[in-house]
Amino acid sequence: MSKLLNKELQDQIREFLNMMKDKVTFVYFKSDKNCDTCEQTKMLLEEIADLSEKISFIEKDLNKDTEEAKKYGITLAPSFVILDNEGKYKGVKFNGIPAGHEINSFLSAVIDMSGVEFGFDKDLVERIKKIKKPVNIKVFVTLSCPHCPGAVSNAHRLAMLNDNIESEMIEAQTFQELSVKYKVSGVPKIIINEKHELVGNQPIEEYLNKLERL
Amino acid sequence: MFTFNMEKPKASSLFDEVILWDMIVIGGGPAGLNGALYAKRKGLMVGIVTLEIGGQLHNTSTVDNYLGFKNIEGKDLSDEFFEHIKTLEVPILTGIRTQEIKKNNDIFEVKLSDGKTLNTKTILLATGGAPRKLNVPGEVEFSNKGVSYCTTCDAPFFKDKHVIVAGGGNSAAEAVLDLVPWASKITVVHRSVWRADTILLEKLKAVDKLDIHLNSQILEIFGDDLMKGIKYLDKSENIEKILEADGLFIEIGTIPNSYLLKDLVELNERDEVIVDEFQMTSEKGIFAAGDVTNQEEKQIIISAAEGAKAALAITKYLNKFYKGE
Repeated sequence: MSKLLNKELQDQIREFLNMMKDKVTFVYFKSDKNCDTCEQTKMLLEEIADLSEKISFIEKDLNKDTEEAKKYGITLAPSFVILDNEGKYKGVKFNGIPAGHEINSFLSAVIDMSGVEFGFDKDLVERIKKIKKPVNIKVFVTLSCPHCPGAVSNAHRLAMLNDNIESEMIEAQTFQELSVKYKVSGVPKIIINEKHELVGNQPIEEYLNKLERL
Repeated sequence: MFTFNMEKPKASSLFDEVILWDMIVIGGGPAGLNGALYAKRKGLMVGIVTLEIGGQLHNTSTVDNYLGFKNIEGKDLSDEFFEHIKTLEVPILTGIRTQEIKKNNDIFEVKLSDGKTLNTKTILLATGGAPRKLNVPGEVEFSNKGVSYCTTCDAPFFKDKHVIVAGGGNSAAEAVLDLVPWASKITVVHRSVWRADTILLEKLKAVDKLDIHLNSQILEIFGDDLMKGIKYLDKSENIEKILEADGLFIEIGTIPNSYLLKDLVELNERDEVIVDEFQMTSEKGIFAAGDVTNQEEKQIIISAAEGAKAALAITKYLNKFYKGE
């Protein structure tokens, strides 16, 4: 079977991944039922993992490996989380294949999770660390949306800096039922703790303003 | 299938090191990127601060009128621009909003949303525009619940649905073409007559599922959880009509992102920054280029050209005031 990433793209991504500091692990959940994009998602993750020695790939089954699924709060397939150097879950999750424009938020999360500094201002990091309430951020995207990767990366960075925050990308077309449930007909759409909404690619401060008022 | 365009973050950022910049570009669209390109080539210490690279190019699917590119996706053109800038190693901060510009003696302080403050001798404001709103009841309520301003982002939500496109310029015509692969029916509702290029209108003639209501002014957007339709005034018959639809793409032009300068420089009645033939604003040292200015035609190639003009004028300005040439 031919690869998803052509040679040119592989080279670009390999060079980009050279920046990684420490190791990361992808834990991917498939399902044998009604999962049109599982195979492709797995291929993408494996192909990316092959481009750096610092990336490991683990495959799980949503319906069989229920203990692990529960540990990472996985309820959909395809879904995956990115774990840090110590195998710790920092709340960084992707539901649906991060293809199209979303390859950027995916690879950015890989670099970030490997311990490369984000370059955030000290005061900003302090503010993020002070969030005490549990926060779940859902960022709905389409793969053709150029504004979406920025919104996903910001949410994931918040999660990486604070254990109370969990962030998940949701590919709106793969998970149409969720899109309907959250009334998504425009992206990026950001749902915080099930009820607060942000629309559009927001700078990290806008997220923070919202989180501080929860 | 993949649009990879990440830049490599540097361990230490010039933005933490440079004490005084020659020129800070605010905005990462065609005007800002070309301004930075010209300034960098002139040897200026120049940096770009922007929320996103590409600006409004991201909201455009196809660009057919940029010389040298017969037919290119807006995003791809943005990537071409960005690749070019990267070869010159212009420092860029993305994901950042500029919050305030203050003048302190002859130096400008640019306060950023990440808490940093940059000091610079000159500013090129290239913040472009944001989608203009209809300002009718229901528009805010149904925003992202049927009402959208970005066809490339949101067209997939309207598979087999009826969508309305508001507007009569090139972006409205392009929006129709973007929606063709998805929507089952498309209706253009525009308050006056077409302003779009003839070449685009010819393309629309081939779209079977397209209805066009000209001289029709949208009065209200209604719905419950999601948008259900619009009420509009058919001006030729002077009758209010109802049109049921699942979506409404508003493509009626832009409003200038000039709020940063509103207390610093002169704006016109449309809130556009007034510039002279050198792209200089009413405030010495602040220049502007692209859709944020009072330049009449909002076009990619014109914005890019204005960026270049501004950078060259800034170079001369710096030589005059800082080197006494």
